[in-house]
Amino acid sequence: MDYVPASQFDIQHMLDTIGVSSVDDLLKMIPEQIFRNSIDMSDGLSEHDAAKQLKKLAASNDDIDRFTCFIGAGSYDHIVPAVVRNLAGRSEFSTAYTPYQPEASQGTLQAIFEYQSMICELTGLEVSNASLYDGGSACAEAALLMINSVRNKNRLLVSQTVHPLYRTIIQTYLKNFNIDLVTVPAKDGVTDMDQLKTLADEATAGFIVQSPNFFGCIEDVESLTEAVQQVGGLVSMVCNPLSLGALASPGECGVDIAIGDGQPLGVDLSYGGPYFGFMATTKKLMRKMPGRIVGMTNDHNGNRCYVLTLQAREQHIRREKATSNICSNQALMALQGCMYLTWLGKEGLQQIAKQNIVRAHYAQEKACSIDGVSLLYNAPFFNEFCLKIDTGIRAADVVAELHKKHGMLGGLNIKTLDESLPDALLVCVTEKRSRDEIDQWVEALRATV
Amino acid sequence: MYEKLITELSSTGRTAFSLTQWDGDDKQVADYIPEHLLRSQPAQLPEVSKIDIVRHFTRLSHKNFSVDTNFYPLGSCTMKYNPKINEELVRLAGFAHTHPLQPASSVQGLLELLYRMEQSLSALCGMDAFTLQPAAGAHGELTGMMLIKAYHTQRGEGDTRMQVIVPDSSHGTNPSSAHLVGYDVITIPSDDKGMVDLDELKKHLSDKTAAFMLTNPNTLGVFEKNILDVADLVHKAGALLYYDGANLNPLLGICRPGDMGFDVVHVNLHKTFSTPHGGGGPGSGPVGVKSILKPFLPVPRITCDNGTYLLNNEFPDSIGKISAFYGNVGVVIRAYAYIIINGINGLTRVSETAIINANYLMKKLSDSFNVPYNDGVMHEFVVSLKQEASSKGVRAMDVAKWLIDHDIHPPTVYFPLIVEEAMMIEPTETETVETLDEFVAQMMSVKETMERNADMFHDLPQTTEVSRPDEVQAARNPVLTWHDLD
Repeated sequence: MDYVPASQFDIQHMLDTIGVSSVDDLLKMIPEQIFRNSIDMSDGLSEHDAAKQLKKLAASNDDIDRFTCFIGAGSYDHIVPAVVRNLAGRSEFSTAYTPYQPEASQGTLQAIFEYQSMICELTGLEVSNASLYDGGSACAEAALLMINSVRNKNRLLVSQTVHPLYRTIIQTYLKNFNIDLVTVPAKDGVTDMDQLKTLADEATAGFIVQSPNFFGCIEDVESLTEAVQQVGGLVSMVCNPLSLGALASPGECGVDIAIGDGQPLGVDLSYGGPYFGFMATTKKLMRKMPGRIVGMTNDHNGNRCYVLTLQAREQHIRREKATSNICSNQALMALQGCMYLTWLGKEGLQQIAKQNIVRAHYAQEKACSIDGVSLLYNAPFFNEFCLKIDTGIRAADVVAELHKKHGMLGGLNIKTLDESLPDALLVCVTEKRSRDEIDQWVEALRATV
Repeated sequence: MYEKLITELSSTGRTAFSLTQWDGDDKQVADYIPEHLLRSQPAQLPEVSKIDIVRHFTRLSHKNFSVDTNFYPLGSCTMKYNPKINEELVRLAGFAHTHPLQPASSVQGLLELLYRMEQSLSALCGMDAFTLQPAAGAHGELTGMMLIKAYHTQRGEGDTRMQVIVPDSSHGTNPSSAHLVGYDVITIPSDDKGMVDLDELKKHLSDKTAAFMLTNPNTLGVFEKNILDVADLVHKAGALLYYDGANLNPLLGICRPGDMGFDVVHVNLHKTFSTPHGGGGPGSGPVGVKSILKPFLPVPRITCDNGTYLLNNEFPDSIGKISAFYGNVGVVIRAYAYIIINGINGLTRVSETAIINANYLMKKLSDSFNVPYNDGVMHEFVVSLKQEASSKGVRAMDVAKWLIDHDIHPPTVYFPLIVEEAMMIEPTETETVETLDEFVAQMMSVKETMERNADMFHDLPQTTEVSRPDEVQAARNPVLTWHDLD
């Protein structure tokens, strides 16, 4: 089974037209010793037989429909509405390429324009790009953007409360430059303001903070931002887009760049991807921003239309002088995010943020009524919190027990992401968790610890 | 013509969402979070109904050309048929509804699939190991450059080998990716056949060279027949050879980058392996390496221990992580399905037919159009409209707009940069001969019309909802959100 429509007759007709007797006559330029070397791989299958194989592989995984999910940490189990799944699956969107020919791509272009508008509305900033790969690479791009936007400053501060995986990505991206990458220590689960003030100096290009941070705690971003901007540095804030239905927006906090992972906006967990990264910033930094940007303009008849714009930043024009090497982004996922935000609307966004807060706090209060279970940090939180367990059982064993014995993905042992972190369970409770599910989780936790 | 923005459909109080009622105590946000951490003004998202959303986005979708609606011979992008079965498979709960941080023991089927995918790509490309972490081709290039840097650094040459050489026909991402790792980029001119100029290459290779980046077949669609000499020269200089896999489609079962001498390759799953490109993503850009570079691959790596699959972080020389989790897994699953459905026999036929289709199309167009580099063409070729532009004033972009008016998505225009008025045509293997003939017929009409009325081209397209956009205005006075509207 394959997807080539040409019949034997078609092939013969084409070869005759070309004037050769076989396809190998067209391949004489390939040196013999590397031509058609044998490859150890099976022959093809029917779609049906292949589907059977994949269904078997899929069925062997413990999916969240059967194993109630209390894990977050950068990937969140939210409702994905049918409207979004259905519309984003339209093949006029999914089987198009990057909109290089605007007249033949107005659908994609307008949707990205709407996406950019809503990201700006959420973040309270002025401009957004058309998406980046994921939250982690968005952090690295923000780091580069900050460093490239100021002269003669090579210090970059990253709070210890930023997601450990994101911090690793920043390190990977910056390793080959002469950048003084400094971690700002945490105190009680949030960025240590005194330490930040000591570390932020004239050489500081920028600072990256996350709120709600990796531990779930909400940071006082406004004060942190002031401290860095006072010495002339820029600030990037990693945020959960759904939290912005309740929490102060990056714009309100005065930050220069907002970044994050858009997965909470109607994108399936899909074992970590595809998601999309978002980035919004000020008009001042607009021409240094990485990635595609869509702008509205007029066509020759004066009609509204949309194009890829500010392309002088990009690799296909500037080559090695481009602001970033990004070509493909995550357009379809961003489109999904755009549809999801439309589905939520003004009221829904506030409702869903409230639902996350209320349910997560209900779960936390109940869990902390168990002897030996308490909050690791006392800072306000959105939909995630860290539990420490003082009964002698390790978080790793709690996770294993909740999974094996109680059939749930009961939280994340944070040591799996960073060995230096305390022994604690990071728990996420979204609008999707019913009171029954939460109560069952609490009982399972009680039985385990 | 439908031109409303979603926000222009908004009406106060209208909603589309539905959330489960909370049956616990009625608490407010302010009961838990201090006021100074809260938002002062709600985000002004559109207030619309479900049917508004459905109609709006369905109508927008109608404004797109796509593989499912149009012939899309966009050179270097391999716009082939995207199998429908893959869309069904990727939505299976065991794939779509799994959390990246759930225990590895609970996702053995997924890890097995990813492991097998790495092995399949290694076999097809002639490499020793693969990582699936890069999210797109350019992300793969960046990863590859980091691997090369780590390799030289370990050999004590990290600070001295600071140059990356690229041909002038290369994709823009190549020099840009090298630059992102701190390399100085040296661009060398191609020879008169459009291939790597061996003398130029020799001239620039030295103990300062970290790598040479190459696409093969190159961006003219031409196979670099001196590839073994190129590899030899690069390796003798102590440098590594990087393969940009954008043009892998004609090589499956035909000739492997690893056998050509490449040390690092990236492949674009959204090109060769049929995953939908989504209007600009998600892509997926797995990177393959020869064994000398294996220790540096991003973590975690998927390893197999007595039939149990692990996410293994125990690679001290690894460059680290380049994606938060394991890459665009949903894209990888689709590509894996494509590989096992085709098998090696099907994949070989894919490449052979891609080559035949392109050569057939080139042959039929060659009488009327100039194809400056036509020797050893594989899956795509580049027409130059230089003569038409100078004699008739009809440029490549004008012809592109004609094709839009005739329901064909235009080929890539103005790339590669070494061909004036370039039109890069890649039909792919999934098009029928009738579709190719229709394209030829349109190009013949272009030729005839040019003789009679060359001026009319400047007013095209005319059948689309919008005509040519004013791109200068778009860049000069950027309107990037609906907040920028008056």
